Amino acid sequence: MKRLSRYRRHKAAAPLLLVIALLGIGTTFNVASATIKSATNTFDRSAAIEEGKQIFLKGCSSCHGLNAEGGAIAPSLIGVGAASVDFQVGTGRMPMADMSTQAVRKAPVYNAEQTAALAAYIATLAPGPMIPTEAQLNYERDGSTAEGGELFRNNCAMCHNFAGQGGALTQGKYAPTLMGVEAKYIYEALITGPQAMPVFSDKTITPAEKLSLIKWIKSAEAEPNLGGASMGRIGPVTEGLLAWVLGLGLLIAVAVWLTMKAR
Amino acid sequence: MTTAEKRVSAVANYVDERTGAAGWVKKSLNKVFPDHWSFMLGEVCMYSFIILLISGTFLTLWFDPSQREVIYNGVYEPLQGLKMSAAYASTLDISFEVRGGLLMRQIHHWSALIFMAAIVAHLLRVFFTGAFRKPREFNWILGIILVTLGLVEGLFGYSLPDDLLSGTGMRITSAIIQAIPLVGTYISFFLFGGEFPGVGFIPRIFTLHVLLIPGIFLAVITIHVMLVWYQKHTQFAGPGKTEKNVVGHPILPVYMAKAGGFFFIVFGVTAFLGAVASINPVWLFGPYTPGQISAGSQPDWYMGWLDGLVRMAPPWETHAFGHTISWNILIPALIVPGILFTGMALYPFIESWITGDKREHHLLDRPRNVPNRTALGVMSITFVLITLINGGNDILAVAFDLSINQIMWFSRISVFVLPPLAFVITKRLCLSLQRADRELVLHGKETGRLVRMPSGEFVEVHEPISEQKRFILTSHEQPTPLVLEDIDSRGVRRAGKFKNKLRVRLSKAHAVAIPKVTAQELKEIENH
Amino acid sequence: MRTVSNEIESIQDPGPAPHVLRATDVNQRSEKRAEQQVAILFALSGVGSLLLIYSYVFVAKDVFIFIPVMGNQNAQQLGLGIGMAMSLFFLGMAAIHWAKTLMPETEVVNHRHEFRSSDEDREDLIKTVKEGVAGVQLGRRKLIKRSMAASMGLFALPPVLLLRDLGPLPKKLLETTNWKSGTRLVTDPGDRPILASDLEVGSVVQVLPAIAGLSEDSEHFERPLKDIAKDPVLLIRLRPEDFNLTPEKLAMTHEGIIAFSKICSHMGCAVALYEQTTKHLLCPCHQSTFDVTRGAKVIFGPAARPLPQLDITVDAEGYLIARAPFSESVGPSYWERNSQ
Repeated sequence: MKRLSRYRRHKAAAPLLLVIALLGIGTTFNVASATIKSATNTFDRSAAIEEGKQIFLKGCSSCHGLNAEGGAIAPSLIGVGAASVDFQVGTGRMPMADMSTQAVRKAPVYNAEQTAALAAYIATLAPGPMIPTEAQLNYERDGSTAEGGELFRNNCAMCHNFAGQGGALTQGKYAPTLMGVEAKYIYEALITGPQAMPVFSDKTITPAEKLSLIKWIKSAEAEPNLGGASMGRIGPVTEGLLAWVLGLGLLIAVAVWLTMKAR
Repeated sequence: MTTAEKRVSAVANYVDERTGAAGWVKKSLNKVFPDHWSFMLGEVCMYSFIILLISGTFLTLWFDPSQREVIYNGVYEPLQGLKMSAAYASTLDISFEVRGGLLMRQIHHWSALIFMAAIVAHLLRVFFTGAFRKPREFNWILGIILVTLGLVEGLFGYSLPDDLLSGTGMRITSAIIQAIPLVGTYISFFLFGGEFPGVGFIPRIFTLHVLLIPGIFLAVITIHVMLVWYQKHTQFAGPGKTEKNVVGHPILPVYMAKAGGFFFIVFGVTAFLGAVASINPVWLFGPYTPGQISAGSQPDWYMGWLDGLVRMAPPWETHAFGHTISWNILIPALIVPGILFTGMALYPFIESWITGDKREHHLLDRPRNVPNRTALGVMSITFVLITLINGGNDILAVAFDLSINQIMWFSRISVFVLPPLAFVITKRLCLSLQRADRELVLHGKETGRLVRMPSGEFVEVHEPISEQKRFILTSHEQPTPLVLEDIDSRGVRRAGKFKNKLRVRLSKAHAVAIPKVTAQELKEIENH
Repeated sequence: MRTVSNEIESIQDPGPAPHVLRATDVNQRSEKRAEQQVAILFALSGVGSLLLIYSYVFVAKDVFIFIPVMGNQNAQQLGLGIGMAMSLFFLGMAAIHWAKTLMPETEVVNHRHEFRSSDEDREDLIKTVKEGVAGVQLGRRKLIKRSMAASMGLFALPPVLLLRDLGPLPKKLLETTNWKSGTRLVTDPGDRPILASDLEVGSVVQVLPAIAGLSEDSEHFERPLKDIAKDPVLLIRLRPEDFNLTPEKLAMTHEGIIAFSKICSHMGCAVALYEQTTKHLLCPCHQSTFDVTRGAKVIFGPAARPLPQLDITVDAEGYLIARAPFSESVGPSYWERNSQ
């Protein structure tokens, strides 16, 4: 102790103490909250629902109402089901940051466990679409790529484009790209109809058909561009641009060189 | 004579005794072609046409132009077992089973895009330099025929594979034909062989695309090029160049080497694009069925302006006496393009009517020296660009986070507002450039070096431009406006009062220019 | 027309600038170097041809290689294409470089001749034509003139007539679809009939008319494409209070389910973008927008007519059926269409 007190007035003493204090507080907090986490990891359902309710009240009720009844700026969540929550919160669309046009996919605010809690809570409000299980999402085994393609072109291509690259809707809304979207989220979007997207109920597109759809989307995503670089897979607009810029541009450059006098 | 020379002269003798070709070949080999990069745009068109013929013939060896339904049984897994037309299935086979098939398909399609782009660039070059004036008016009209044929040929070409995008284009085409009053439904039923999509459309457009239209193309291109050959190419003004001569390199050997080499360049660049850039991936679009559609469906770029016009058209139809006239289709798809192309075809005659100029012209104009014509050209380009942009409004909306509704309204308004604005700005720009030319001739080039005079004044040193450059900047003609007396020398009143007033006014506007430097002014400057 | 540039005032032509020789004209080393450059270009072209041959013969069709920026590319396609491009491009470059650096670059002057033929030639032509026309003597031979005109007139008709069998006459074909009174709505694909309860509020489904004799296994029955160009119908479910329709249009709905032709009334594309939030249908071809709550009324874009609405109800077993065929033609307008 005496050895330490010799450095009491050292100029590094104050900053060092500050750092130790910060580390101490931070660690204590982490340990404390970790204890809470490990409690819900045993998936005590009622605790999850309670946690979900707390998260809801803190982060969602300002728009969606204290009882999720909705309001002027946000729809009611009664009956939307766990699947809606898993989709919207899991893809980061909710909480919505920019209220201008539509919910944009961004980095999720809540982690997987918090999302599950929120979903559990909303599911208690009224029956609604459920989160698909792993067994229900085995598109490799249960889907057919060719059938999925036909279904995609019949039901999805008009908004999401023939290759799932996304497309424009009215008034600045858009259907986002389907590339890089987890199978679970595709399935949930189909059954919940987020925002402008319509609902594709299981009676009209059966679960097996939905899996075929997902299988085709995944196959299109994995498929390399077979003829060369693709410029976005959006069709003649980018192709025409390239023809002018690279095609005619290169040829004019050669023509200029050709007619220049040699040095 | 060497052995080689003996052999060649024997062959030449054989041919000449039967055809008298020596005289003609001698004249031809002595012809010269002036050198300017912009004169090569027409060559890009011609070479692209040849590339289209070659790659197209390759494709016909495997393509099946039939709408007969087949079940796909090829290597591409995502389409296995699906029903599709034989045309689509054979396109898939060309893409996946024939070695080099996809490459040739892509070369063919890229070549078509470059062909049309080069035609437009060539048309603009001819327009802006006034190469359409006498004696080349007829060649200009042939050129307008070629660009129109090119549009149609391209439309038929990309409709042949019968994928979702092409089929959508076919649907639009049938709707346009159907909208024609009185005969529309009959023409549509006859062309398609029944109701849309019919069974006859693809085989029939195949015949048009592969036989009839290329045949007409060959004939028209031949006359077009022979006219250039016979009338001799125009040239830019410059030292040693007059209205009565052509200065350039002779055909043998330089021009042949350069022009021949350029053919391989064009083919090589097209092949490069075919190798590294994917175009029209029909396997991703899927086979055409009228119940499907993709977001972001556009035709190829050279039809995109028509698509943009159709999109921005107001929703006008006349419903009367049990009949319907679709103005919302007729105006953008047939009437406006009809006016535009007719106006383009007649332009040489319109301009010569305005200027009253009936002389031959073989020296080209610098665009700045004809401000009215240049402004008209830029105005037309602006119009086409706005319609083209609107044709891709949904793609733009997604790429740049915009609203298709806003882009549409922007296009509807700017298509009326921006072209006249472009006219005025371009005309002013041309006049400014003329002023700059005057300055250059009178005072020389600015060197950026400052010199302090003994009086304390700073002046920038100007370097006089070369005699040749000075000549180029002042050799152009500056027309005076037309003067048409109401009553001529014999007391006869001139007919067509309103027409003449219009003509005089247009002629005055056409003649607005900054007076060029005369020899006198130059002498004065040199003396002081 | 008069010009201001009369020859006295205009600056005179000073003649071309003195000819500047190229490096290859004066310098032997430069010349040799240019030759070598041309040779290298020819060689590169040869490399391209070899690459093409190698790719065609030895590279398998299913090999993919990774190229930066472009991602995984098919090796055979790339090899064939780059090989072809190189063989062509460098051939051209070689010829051009050769011409530019080594071939004589002196410019030659050709003289332009007047196009106008001589007066003598013109008079001769006029004489020849006049004599030739006079030889025909049409003016005197009235009988020949009249009979020729008549036969020529008739002669023009067969070429047009021979094309008559290109297709059937339109007649009423554009007015009819496969929707009749009592036709069941079935899913596409799958051909399954639909109960009203199968649809949730906010859902949309594409349906086709059930065809008699269609088995469960629709592999064996093929709907002709010309039917698919007119039959598809979009079934949308809203809440009944969302509708803003006339009583007769409302009567054509069933418990909030409304049915419209999927074929756009503008130019015939499939109108399938349904926005659940705004209840608008958007056609992706030309952006015509239809308001479902007001009977697919056009609210934006070039379409001039609302989408035809199908009168639907349920049959005894609860499956959705059409109560009557469409009351107007489906698809784009045409001259004979009664659109009032």
